[in-house]
Amino acid sequence: MELSVPDREFMYSGHVACPGCGAAIAMRFVLKALGEKIIMVIPACCWSIIAGPYPMSTLRVPVLHTAFETGGSVASGIKAALEVRGDHETTVVTWAGDGGTFDIGFQALSGAVERNEDFIYICYDNEAYMNTGIQRSSSTPYGAWTTTTPGQDWKKMRKKNIVEALVAHRIRYAATANIAFPEDLINKVKKAKNMKGSRFIHIFSTCPTGWRVPSEMSIKIARMAVQTNIFPLYEVENGVEYTINYRPKGYLVKEYFKLQGRFSHLTEEDLDQIQEMVEEDWKLLLRKAGVFSGS
Amino acid sequence: MKTVMEGSHAVAEAVKLARVQVISAYPITPQTHIVERLSEYCADGSLDAKFLRVESEHSAMAALIGASSTGVRTFTATSSQGLALMHELLHWASGARLPIVMAEVNRAMAPGWNIWTDQTDSLSQRDTGWIQIYCEDGQEALDRTLQAFRLAESVNLPAMVILDAFFLSHTYEPVDIPDQAKVDEFLPPYEPKFLLDPGNPCAFNQLAPPDVYMEMRFSIQTAMQSAIGVLEEIQNDFSEIFERSYGSIEPVECDDADIILVTSGTVTSTCKEVIEKLRSAGEKVGLLKISLFRPFPGEAVRKVLSRTRKVAVVDRNCSFGSGGIFAQEIRSALCNVPDHPLVYGYVAGLGGRDITPELLEDIYWQTKNTDFPELDSFWMGIREVKDGIICSGS
Ligand SMILES: Cc1ncc(C[n+]2csc(CCOP(=O)(O)OP(=O)(O)O)c2C)c(N)n1
Ligand SMILES: [Mg+2]
Repeated sequence: MELSVPDREFMYSGHVACPGCGAAIAMRFVLKALGEKIIMVIPACCWSIIAGPYPMSTLRVPVLHTAFETGGSVASGIKAALEVRGDHETTVVTWAGDGGTFDIGFQALSGAVERNEDFIYICYDNEAYMNTGIQRSSSTPYGAWTTTTPGQDWKKMRKKNIVEALVAHRIRYAATANIAFPEDLINKVKKAKNMKGSRFIHIFSTCPTGWRVPSEMSIKIARMAVQTNIFPLYEVENGVEYTINYRPKGYLVKEYFKLQGRFSHLTEEDLDQIQEMVEEDWKLLLRKAGVFSGS
Repeated sequence: MKTVMEGSHAVAEAVKLARVQVISAYPITPQTHIVERLSEYCADGSLDAKFLRVESEHSAMAALIGASSTGVRTFTATSSQGLALMHELLHWASGARLPIVMAEVNRAMAPGWNIWTDQTDSLSQRDTGWIQIYCEDGQEALDRTLQAFRLAESVNLPAMVILDAFFLSHTYEPVDIPDQAKVDEFLPPYEPKFLLDPGNPCAFNQLAPPDVYMEMRFSIQTAMQSAIGVLEEIQNDFSEIFERSYGSIEPVECDDADIILVTSGTVTSTCKEVIEKLRSAGEKVGLLKISLFRPFPGEAVRKVLSRTRKVAVVDRNCSFGSGGIFAQEIRSALCNVPDHPLVYGYVAGLGGRDITPELLEDIYWQTKNTDFPELDSFWMGIREVKDGIICSGS
């Protein structure tokens, strides 16, 4: 298969991400897909640091760094101002972490999507507050160690399903993507760019530092999240039209869990239980997609 | 042309005349009339602005931060709880050097729920880097809103125009609405000094380590201080065009006064009457109205007050554990003046309790008859409360 990844680069070298950072890889692909005419909003997250200190910036697009919980609201204001200035071409893109999206920024995001603000919201999901040192978020998966879910207090709640929450808003477009599937990711970003209204892309982004994995495993682990059905690739249009983009090959979730230090405390029974949870979620997704012969 | 209107609507008229481009707001009593009127103007096309009906005051301010960073003139309005919810973003707006203008209708902070006037909401935001201008009447509310846009855009700092709840926001008074042509002459279209532009990609508000952060803050302080002089020029221009004049402070009968009362907001009008009455009874009393609270016009205040013997500051606010907030500012403006006057602080009218002419007279007499002021502000008209909360140590 021929790769459809554009050559153009909007990320300069010299960013300060950790080795193997999925969020840096995700940014690079997303910018390639979006091209020049964008304005990016970055609420507090690892990328507030990765982009570089004043007066430097590793991004070759205009960036407004903003308060943690304002990804949806600041973008709404930028779009309004662009319209007033007669610029109907520039795409406003919010780039936020899972904490900024699932937790503290959820109200502003929900408000923006309810108003169907014309912008793209991209959440790079590393499943915890990484900037502040690996604290749990509502995106942290069941079973994970973080610095606020240590020892036997490992997280016993499910990961919030952000895509379904936004689908319930009848959002114009919502999709999942993954750094290990760059063509799929780029196609989704391009597709979103050609739409109007609120669009949401949820990108699975490995954090080697926070997940306690070697940096060279970053892509492999991200790929396994899809192959095991832990993070299915799919898209939803107008809150109703589901398309599943990847049919899993039946890998067991424990293969994925066993590679990561953040899950090292889990027993075989825990892993069996998680396997059941993942299967349950997958069946639910198939039902929503109108596919009843799921594996 | 003079029209009888609410203080809230006077602000809305000014916002329309200022040709604001993006408005974002959230309802809260007693501010709501401002944004309701502006919604109508946007709906009927008489104001060509985008109106964002966001889901909270927090998002209202955040949206304006986005819009202002994209180079347009912006406005919002709020009160008490709404202002408090914005707090983090107030710092953000000034730190990002955005000339956002906000009308703030002074309302008491809960609990208990109280929608009436009290300055503690806006004064709690005094260190956020916002210009603060307190208004006395409907005309001043309109005029100050126009001035606020020019001032904010000149020094690249956000500005709050502050109105007393109900006594100003909901009171009908004759207000002169200036001609659009004159306003256009006074307030030209906004020309941003920087903006988000894909043609010139820049990053704003990014990580600022210790080697640059302090200079950034110093530039805010410098801009704030310069706003005192800039406002003076703006006020001169304003009086030439509109034939109405304002100062950062307004002294009344202060030249030979032995005691000067200091007020802000609508209390000033009541106090003007009291001064007149006391003067005709032979009392050497004056009044100093403070309009500009941030930046604090310390020099001007010193000039007026250092000649007098006693200063009585009326505070419709309180910083718990210290006292009236205007009194603190006046004390610190005067403390390095040799032989400075004694400063008496009075807390009065919290949560919308009336500040009557009689109460202001009481303040005058108490000041005259007390040789030395207490360290704390004196609370006027406190009723004895039995069975209050018993605290340890009492
Ligand atoms: C109001 C507020 N609370 C807390 C913080 C501290 N803070 C900055 S980034 C961050 C975590 C961000 O997590 P996430 O959005 O998942 O992005 P990541 O760091 O993982 O990339 C926190 C808690 C803040 N900046 N603002
Ligand atoms: Mg995160």
